[in-house]
Amino acid sequence: MELTFLGIGVLTWITFLPVLGMIIVLMLPKEQGNAIRWTSLAFVTLQLVLAVVIFAKFDRTLTGINSQATMQFVEKATWIDIKSVAWFGRVHIEYLMGIDGLSVAMVLLTALISWVAVISSWTIDKAVKGYFALLLLLDTGMMGVFVALDFFLFYVFWEVMLLPMYFLIGIWGGPRREYAAIKFFLYTLFGSVLMLLVMIALYFSVNVYIDANGTLYSVAEAMKRGTEGLEKIYTFNMLQMMDAGNFIPGSLLAGVNTNWRSLAFIALFVAFAIKIPSFPFHTWLPDAHVEAPTPISVILAGVLLKMGTYGIMRISIPMFPDAMIQYAWWVALLGVISMVYGALVAMAQTDFKKLIAYSSISHMGVVTLGMASMNTQGMTGAVFQMFNHGTITAMLFLIVGVIYDRAHTRGLNEFGGLMNQMPKYAAVMTVAFFAALGLPGLSGFISEAFSLIGAFQTFRTLTIIGAVTIVFTAGYMLWTLQRVFLGPLPDKWKTLTDMDAREMVMLVPLAAIVIFLGIYPSPALNLMNASLNHLAGLLQQAHAGSMLGVY
Amino acid sequence: MTMSQEFLLTLSVAILVLPLIGFVLVAFFTKRLPRHGDWLETLLISVALLLSLFVLYHKLYDYPGTTLTLNFTWVDFHNVPGIGPLKIVLGFSVDNLAAIMLVVVTLISTLVHFFSIGYMHGDVRYGRYFAFLGLFSFSMLMIVLANNLFLLYVGWELVGLSSYLLIGHWYEKKSASDAAMKAFITNRVGDVGFFVGIMILFGTFHTFGLQEIFDHLQAGRMPLGSEWWLTAAGVLIFCGAVGKSAQFPLHVWLPDAMEGPTPVSALIHAATMVAAGVYLVARTFPLMTADALLVIAYIGAITAFISATIAIAQNDIKKVLAYSTISQLGYMVLGLGVGAYTAGFFHLVTHAMFKAGLFLGSGSVIHAIHHALHEQHDHHTDPQDIRNMGGLKSKMPITFWTFMVYTLAISGVPLTSGFLSKDSILAGTLAFGSLTGHVLIPFIGFLVAGLTAFYMFRLVILTFLGEHAKPDRLALVHESPKIMTVPLVILATLSLFFFFSFNPLDASRGWVAQSVQRPASVVPAHMAAASPDVFAEAHHHAHTTAMILSLVVAGLGIGIAFLTYHMKKISAETIAQQFAPVHRFLLNKWYFDELYGWFAVGGTLSLTRALRWFDNTIIDGAVTGSGWLTKAMSTISGWFDTWVIDGAVNAIAYLSGFGGLVLRKLQTGKVQTYVVLAVVGVMVLYFVMRVV
Repeated sequence: MELTFLGIGVLTWITFLPVLGMIIVLMLPKEQGNAIRWTSLAFVTLQLVLAVVIFAKFDRTLTGINSQATMQFVEKATWIDIKSVAWFGRVHIEYLMGIDGLSVAMVLLTALISWVAVISSWTIDKAVKGYFALLLLLDTGMMGVFVALDFFLFYVFWEVMLLPMYFLIGIWGGPRREYAAIKFFLYTLFGSVLMLLVMIALYFSVNVYIDANGTLYSVAEAMKRGTEGLEKIYTFNMLQMMDAGNFIPGSLLAGVNTNWRSLAFIALFVAFAIKIPSFPFHTWLPDAHVEAPTPISVILAGVLLKMGTYGIMRISIPMFPDAMIQYAWWVALLGVISMVYGALVAMAQTDFKKLIAYSSISHMGVVTLGMASMNTQGMTGAVFQMFNHGTITAMLFLIVGVIYDRAHTRGLNEFGGLMNQMPKYAAVMTVAFFAALGLPGLSGFISEAFSLIGAFQTFRTLTIIGAVTIVFTAGYMLWTLQRVFLGPLPDKWKTLTDMDAREMVMLVPLAAIVIFLGIYPSPALNLMNASLNHLAGLLQQAHAGSMLGVY
Repeated sequence: MTMSQEFLLTLSVAILVLPLIGFVLVAFFTKRLPRHGDWLETLLISVALLLSLFVLYHKLYDYPGTTLTLNFTWVDFHNVPGIGPLKIVLGFSVDNLAAIMLVVVTLISTLVHFFSIGYMHGDVRYGRYFAFLGLFSFSMLMIVLANNLFLLYVGWELVGLSSYLLIGHWYEKKSASDAAMKAFITNRVGDVGFFVGIMILFGTFHTFGLQEIFDHLQAGRMPLGSEWWLTAAGVLIFCGAVGKSAQFPLHVWLPDAMEGPTPVSALIHAATMVAAGVYLVARTFPLMTADALLVIAYIGAITAFISATIAIAQNDIKKVLAYSTISQLGYMVLGLGVGAYTAGFFHLVTHAMFKAGLFLGSGSVIHAIHHALHEQHDHHTDPQDIRNMGGLKSKMPITFWTFMVYTLAISGVPLTSGFLSKDSILAGTLAFGSLTGHVLIPFIGFLVAGLTAFYMFRLVILTFLGEHAKPDRLALVHESPKIMTVPLVILATLSLFFFFSFNPLDASRGWVAQSVQRPASVVPAHMAAASPDVFAEAHHHAHTTAMILSLVVAGLGIGIAFLTYHMKKISAETIAQQFAPVHRFLLNKWYFDELYGWFAVGGTLSLTRALRWFDNTIIDGAVTGSGWLTKAMSTISGWFDTWVIDGAVNAIAYLSGFGGLVLRKLQTGKVQTYVVLAVVGVMVLYFVMRVV
């Protein structure tokens, strides 16, 4: 499947459109606040349109995951090619992009959430130009992470995302913004370093053959074809790293279930677990969320957290299936702890935004658990939960933003009785809250149910413990609803106005998606089905292989 | 004329969807619709009732033994590794059970809609109220029609939602929003069990379809490969029923749910939703093992007993009815547990009529007193407290006489529907006792029958008979409008025997008993309860004994109630004083709320606070600590760098500088000094070498 505009592939467009927007924004005079806003909106809207085109053209039967042939919208070019660097040998890095069922949902989510975030940013008045420029750069970084198929490129996008986020929290954030920004930056950087180490270790453990045109051949393909005219090189190509045959015998990460492979898996897991964030690496999240401005919280919860679980499914599982099988129980355990612990700590919060932040930890724990199930139902639940959490939590943070803009406080105990004062707001919030607590008929239920049902088939006791979370979640969600909306209306809030048109525009589409997918999830599930079946199959093969002592 | 199966199924789906359409229209356009859309919602549910009657008639006459099924693929997982092709097939089925339930639900719902037009007149959120009634009816009908655990669970949670929204209808009151929350969360506790039960079955059989699951079990495949898990699955699914049908130990939410408008209590918290648990057990009955059924029977018996004792001591008219509902639900669950399947379900149907009637009747009373007090600007007297009532018989004759019929029915007096169903359950407990030796079960069954008659007549006497407690306060009380009394009369008529059986003493020839038969068990023979034939034999034997015994205990209960509260031969106050601790215990509802408040709620909240501390101090402390440590390390290395490394460099520089300074003194540039130094040096050398 290929799709190009003006000779450039759709994935390049969807990734770099925001950068184009950023350049235009930077050329506009800084007094032209509205021009900057509308330019940004135009570019993210265009990005969303492309995402819809991708959704329409995406072939639901192709598997992707570890084969380039079944990846879609693939774009490939030689990016860096240095013939010979001392003992390094030839350095050949590809600009390789492509999507499969695993990433397509995330591409859609990123485009959607970025669009919502730009609308939500309309009220930002401080240094508008810098803000929107950074926001657009962040958008490119996020999109790039989900479409990159070369580890080096992936890493570059991963880091590109970090810097704008740091400034967006550190400049436009709340009172303790600098603390939160630095904490976020250092914590994530710590994870990045671990990822970098594993990436380098993989680089020197995997070799492939390259011909004069720059086409890569896996070792098996090269053996079949004959190696004349081919050169043996190291590679960052992720898909080649998933092929056990490409590992150099005797290299650091060769073999099955070796200590080095375990270590690499764990290091990579920690790198991603920080991003999810999974217990016990989660404490940067509440601080970052509380200090970040609303649109940045929306992006943070809506998209950034998904990169952790996406990374595990895109990189850790296909490259280290042996270690994944070995450590699945521990991964599931962290997922369950995050679920229960996140929910319980959320219940004790009195700051509205902090409560939602902890609820994110709990809901992302469901993704971790579903993913660790290693079967189709669980992983489908996990990826669907990633999408649903993106839309639902985006709603929740927008909802906090709406009330904070008006009341300038987020103290849960200061509100009450807003149901009559702000009926539209109450209706939207009721949908979001019930979606978050997993009410059937709304999308969150289906993904949670499949995650748990899948996980139960692999880990019974853990899943039963995890299932108890649905009581706690109902507890803190309804309690929050009660504290904000029910009871008598305090006098000081009698002047609050209901949501305006702009706020409806950002919230109602999300609510519509949540309801639609809650009733009929197939359009989303069909997207990911073939890839996840394939991934589950890979794990099953690896499992069978490790039982037989061969890989 | 015979209707095709497809046509009946299409009608059933229409019955399901009509209230949903009403919900959407009224919820979105309530401001723009005349009368806030009450007529629209009422019209749609009335149509649903007519269609339900049509479906029931044709189901029973055209397809008495067939299950009509409509399935559709909802999600397709295609070729799943390790399982093969996997589709999530959902669907609806209409069997006799479902067809009867369709009528019960739409009938009560329709009557409650009409009643509400009078009762809720002038309410601040009149439109919203009707919209949520529509949402409830849709969700409840979903439970009725679902032929798979998934849709059952969906409907299950959605009735929970509508219950939450309607209990909290007057959400400005803290007690109302608390009660709504309590209902939802308590139900969720049961739902965890239900969901785990679903996971066990789906995890093994990869289908949600009940019939498919039964087929697998029949073929001898056990969930997760063991018989133990089969019993566990049954008990776990029953956990859902414990929550929804307010069974011990999760019964605490139902009395609080009376914070909702009274017609809601009648529809949701008496007749239909709370009976969903019973319906769920009936639906999953074939997979229940003997052990699971024993658990169910005991839970039902304990629930019936506890709540009947509590009902005796309550003074709020709705609280008494709430506890009586819990008690009667306990009866139904008990009936199913002992294997009296038909009797348990039959009691669900009859109870729906007379209990909805009791609640609507109490609503009529509350409505009248509330308005009377309102006109006198009395906002202190509790319009629901039966100690403030009395003598309403003459003021509200229709309400009184219909209430009397319902009370006779719930007390199990002959010629009423309640007598037929309760008698059948009691005979079932006797049969169960004789077959298994669990004699406590029939003992509790009969004891509770006596208690029920007693507290219900206490209620009637205190409310309607005797003198006004506060005559001037109630002077303005008058009968409710027609829109409220007509539903009462209809329900009273439906509480008589002839609708269900032409023989007033035995329902086993009646149409309900004929059309709802206990389904065959699919569990392995050695785990199953007594077979239907064996049980039916014992049941038949026990019938006469049960009837006589139940008449005796009901008579005793009614008699004592009249002696105590009407003729005042027995002083309730004296007894209460003599058994003060017992009275306090009952008045405080066995202290369940306090117990749960302390342990479940208090414990969880303490835990959350402890974890918040742990998170801020330990986990985040570790993060901040490592940050601090890094900074400290950098300070130390900075110091080391400045003072040791750089210090060493500086020291060497200093030393060489100092040496230079000293040695510079020697380099004077004067030849004479050099000559003197050279001579001295040579002499020193000479002496040194001499000595050596």
